[in-house]
Amino acid sequence: MSPEEGVMAAESRITRPKDNEILIDVRGLKMYFPVTEGIIMTRTVAEVKAVDGIDFYIKKGETLGLVGESGCGKTTTGRCILQLEKATAGEIIYDGKDLTKLTQKEMSPIREKIQVIFQDPFSSLNPRMKIGDIIGEPIKVHDIISDAGERKKRVRELLSLCGLNPKFSDRYPHEMSGGQRQRVGIARALALNPEFIICDEAVSALDVSIQAQVINLLEDLRDEFGLTYLFISHDLSVIRHLCHRVAVMYLGKIVELADCDELYDNPLHPYTRALLSAVPIPDPTIEAKRAHEVVKGEVPSPINPPSGCVFHPRCSLAVDGCSKAVPEFREIKPGHWVACTEV
Amino acid sequence: MATLLKIENLKTQFFTSAGTVKAVDGITYSVEEGETVAIVGESGCGKSVSALSILRLIPWPPGKIVEGSIHFDGKDLLSLDEEAMRNLRGKDISMVFQEPMTSLNPVLTIREQLTETLITHFPISEEEASKKALKLLEMVGISDPDRRLEQYPHHLSGGMRQRVMIAMALSCEPKLIIADEPTTALDVTIQAQILELMKDLTKRLGASLIIITHNLGVVARYADRVNVMYAGKIIETGTALDIYHNPSHPYTLALLKSVPRMDLPRQDKLDPIEGQPPDLTRLDDGCSFRPRCRFAQDGCAHSFPDLEAVSEGHFVACFEKDNLKEQEKVAS
Ligand SMILES: Nc1ncnc2c1ncn2[C@@H]1O[C@H](COP(=O)(O)OP(=O)(O)OP(=O)(O)O)[C@@H](O)[C@H]1O
Ligand code: SF4
Ligand SMILES: [Mg+2]
Repeated sequence: MSPEEGVMAAESRITRPKDNEILIDVRGLKMYFPVTEGIIMTRTVAEVKAVDGIDFYIKKGETLGLVGESGCGKTTTGRCILQLEKATAGEIIYDGKDLTKLTQKEMSPIREKIQVIFQDPFSSLNPRMKIGDIIGEPIKVHDIISDAGERKKRVRELLSLCGLNPKFSDRYPHEMSGGQRQRVGIARALALNPEFIICDEAVSALDVSIQAQVINLLEDLRDEFGLTYLFISHDLSVIRHLCHRVAVMYLGKIVELADCDELYDNPLHPYTRALLSAVPIPDPTIEAKRAHEVVKGEVPSPINPPSGCVFHPRCSLAVDGCSKAVPEFREIKPGHWVACTEV
Repeated sequence: MATLLKIENLKTQFFTSAGTVKAVDGITYSVEEGETVAIVGESGCGKSVSALSILRLIPWPPGKIVEGSIHFDGKDLLSLDEEAMRNLRGKDISMVFQEPMTSLNPVLTIREQLTETLITHFPISEEEASKKALKLLEMVGISDPDRRLEQYPHHLSGGMRQRVMIAMALSCEPKLIIADEPTTALDVTIQAQILELMKDLTKRLGASLIIITHNLGVVARYADRVNVMYAGKIIETGTALDIYHNPSHPYTLALLKSVPRMDLPRQDKLDPIEGQPPDLTRLDDGCSFRPRCRFAQDGCAHSFPDLEAVSEGHFVACFEKDNLKEQEKVAS
């Protein structure tokens, strides 16, 4: 068997949906940011490996959760998909086209279909614009509805779809609460009838009672319009509630990926296990019985990530080999992937 | 156990151009020696103001404690003069904030900050203070403490700064530590490290802890007793078991139902609390949860319900408290 055939054989064992069921397929994505020195004569002295070779796909209508701690590369992954960053390497296949290879003009119609909802509703809304104009702007820019009256009507429709009084059209962002502003952000994202929405910490800044309202709204919209989500969050409870599959990121790499219930009920990667154990559960009886493994140390810098497995300095299972070779991201059982040699 | 802190009918208000903000509106609770009491509630319900009131750190203008009493360790805090209060702050009662950068001085080294507190409150030499500072950093789990002592706050990561804050808060072996969202800005694994550390150290010192948080998981893991606040009032108080296993106020009930659970398989839909918390300048005489309450009756509009016992040590402010279980059953 030639080496190529070996790869083919391995690939054929991989569980993977049919190509036409996949909406977006990210392969070998890398995003390195240069660290520069000097003001006039700048030179690159190092690289931040914000995203360092990740692979995942999202099926049509599916919600993939991307979870991990701050700085692990979640947001950068989203920005690469949106083409707000030019990926250092890798492919982002959306509907059969590699977005990294498209010109701006070719990208424009696809960009309409991919929208984003950010964490901080306040900083992402222009404070001097009325809510109606904020939501109507993309419709105008992309020339979807040219008639001003029709556009207003659509804005009112979007507002009530998101559970806001259509009268809010005339208000300014500062006149609304955090939860209301997040609904405005969602209404704006929906304005162009997208297929795919990247939610980047979309409910993280909200109070519990308001957070539940917005989570329900996101679920309702997903059902109603068949939306596909990439749901980026550090909140493992919200991710479990909302996602079909979950990818766990650590220092620019996906360390584990599985169906949602499988990941939570049977976490394999030591980092995933540590993460799950760190989240307190709102039930004192359960908490009293639970083991609290506290993972030691802090996340190392992505400028100089540890050799081998990036988690090895904090890992309780680490053996000598872990600091030498990068563990292969392998499918340990159908649909459950993990990058660790010791599980 | 002896009572360390007793707060009675405390009212703190802010006199603003938009009206009087009744940020804390008649709260009563006590903290026993060695006990961990959690204050939970949503943004703006008065958690931080209630804590700052204990230390008399409410900025005037616009804010002021307008009524009530605070007794701590045999002292009536509201009648102490400013100097006595200054001696108390940082020594007998210390505070840990959400964002350590706001309470660490950016132009002083870690050693300078730690020794300053020690020298202010104890008759010790600079050298002794430095030694103690080193010990404190070791105690809060900072690696390479010799080097860290000479660094400035901006050299440290968020988690490390929070450790330094805790070291400062513990430096004078206080009787009470008030931690206001001590880990909200931190990643979950670091949050767990810091909370475990605080738990261990307060236990070792026998100190009491008031922990302010909106995270119901943190409360379940660490609190002995829980005060649930809504719109400036404590609407339910009891042991953690009372609150989680027998929530008896409609708000507490709804709050617990609206959190997604990491330990349970996906539910169908969350059960959110509709509407929004009230504007604290526009409260009427009735129950402030009324507009969002699914148990509300006409009577709820006339006056605010008193905190009444539903079992020993478990108090609830709701006219309908005895009817919730029945109605829940009918609803489901
Ligand atoms: N300096 C101030 N001037 C005017 N109003 C104030 C001031 N400080 C606090 N308030 C008001 O007092 C009320 C209670 O505020 P507080 O900070 O105690 O809330 P909190 O429960 O700690 O909320 P969070 O969870 O957001 O920290 C709020 O309505 C707030 O706007
Ligand atoms: S007093 Fe009335 S309005 Fe207030 S919580 Fe109870 S039932 Fe609801
Ligand atoms: Mg606060």
